[in-house]
Amino acid sequence: MTTRAVARGVGIATLVLAAFAVEGLLRAGVINRFIVPLPSQVLAALPRIVVEEHVLARFGQTSLEVLWASLLLAAAGIPLGVMLHRYRIVRLACESWVGALAAAPIVLMYPLFLVIFGRSTTTIVMIGFAAGLAPVILKTLEGLAATRVVLQDVGRSFRLSNAQQFWKILLPAALPSVFVGLRLGLIFAMINIVGVEFLINFGGLGQLINELAERYDLPGMYGAILFVVAASILFFDVTERVERWLRPNT
Amino acid sequence: MAAAEHMSAHVRWLRIAIVAFVLIGWEALAMSGLLFRDVVPSLSAIVRALARALASGEFYGNLAVTLGEVGAALAIGGAAGLAAGIALGANRFLSWAYEPFLYYLGPTPKIIFFPVMIMWFGVASGSKIAMGTLSCFFPIVISAAAAMREIDPVLIRVGRSFRASPWQMATRIYLPAMRAPIVNGVRLGLGVAIIGTLLAETKLSNRGMGYLVIQAYATFDMPRMYALLIVLFVLSIGANALIGRLGLPHAPVQRS
Repeated sequence: MTTRAVARGVGIATLVLAAFAVEGLLRAGVINRFIVPLPSQVLAALPRIVVEEHVLARFGQTSLEVLWASLLLAAAGIPLGVMLHRYRIVRLACESWVGALAAAPIVLMYPLFLVIFGRSTTTIVMIGFAAGLAPVILKTLEGLAATRVVLQDVGRSFRLSNAQQFWKILLPAALPSVFVGLRLGLIFAMINIVGVEFLINFGGLGQLINELAERYDLPGMYGAILFVVAASILFFDVTERVERWLRPNT
Repeated sequence: MAAAEHMSAHVRWLRIAIVAFVLIGWEALAMSGLLFRDVVPSLSAIVRALARALASGEFYGNLAVTLGEVGAALAIGGAAGLAAGIALGANRFLSWAYEPFLYYLGPTPKIIFFPVMIMWFGVASGSKIAMGTLSCFFPIVISAAAAMREIDPVLIRVGRSFRASPWQMATRIYLPAMRAPIVNGVRLGLGVAIIGTLLAETKLSNRGMGYLVIQAYATFDMPRMYALLIVLFVLSIGANALIGRLGLPHAPVQRS
């Protein structure tokens, strides 16, 4: 067994031991059971939240919102990145603004989106879209700008038109960076979508946690949080694998 | 040189044109009645609301609460993240054992932990500081661990050859060598600490900037809400840019 595998085992064992320690401290009355539920109760609550709280349907709803946001991100972010690359003066004028947008706390605008779109799926999707837009634009621009000059020269030597140069040279060369941007945008969108679901008590997984908290169902709430963490890990792992599959040479 | 100046002037004019287009478009939309009344208030109404907010003591009191919460969150989360990051970066075994958890939990939406934080720290500032701390811990610890691993081994050997104490190694070798990536981590951490704290304030609070925003929403005072969001965006982007400048390398010392 390699040292790395042993270390992984130690990490997982630490987690299990910590859960047992919390269970022991709760049963001994050192930690208040009205604040922290028994880990065994949390595990027991997992089947309940799957069956009674329809967690899989909620996961499907959140996934659908993320899918809509990702479609909007691809439809708007990539063309905007292409436009910034195509028109240098627009890029010089706007690139720093898009960078500032990436640093802005866009999710704080959710009350504004509530007023415009109502307490609906549209608000959630639009927040996800707005939060993920900047990285898609910036990474598309970065990928196009980093296209090797020799490739562009090859295109010119074949007397390709501007459209041919874009579809046959620039876009294929920029695809790896475009996918990095889409993945980042998807991650931002997913984080904000679950967050807004929780805040406005509407939608899928985020709403479930809010409802369970309001019902003071502590084991269920902790179980739902575990489910969201697991869903996030699965989501990031899948997007990473898709990115690697699309970029086999990197 | 002249061409560059020419281009710079064009860029400046384009920026002015874009801003003017957006402002005129906004005002036209406000006057058109296409959207519900007050959803897009006139620019003058927003400016008046901004002036009223900036002139009121209530605004500064709530701003101070939020700044205090974000500052405490950054101090606690930053110190914990830095210490844990240095420990993980210095020891490969610890890194293999525990860093995967950080990578898994790092991108999880932290706001879902808010009910837990309320249970643990109450409904006052404690739960908001805890939310900010939890949010900023992850980018800082991941940056610090990566920065620690990237320190040039030559620098470490130089420190050891001078028989530097652990404190001297930390303050003279490790921290200066890790400055740029750590500043980047703190910059990311500050951004998410602001978001975590303010979102917690919008969900359950009776003070702070997040509370003011949600109050403006609840009373449908749209000009005030736009004004508050503008202030928050300017402060967030400004703080981000300010910390980013700290990470820039110093100009090399000229030796005569």
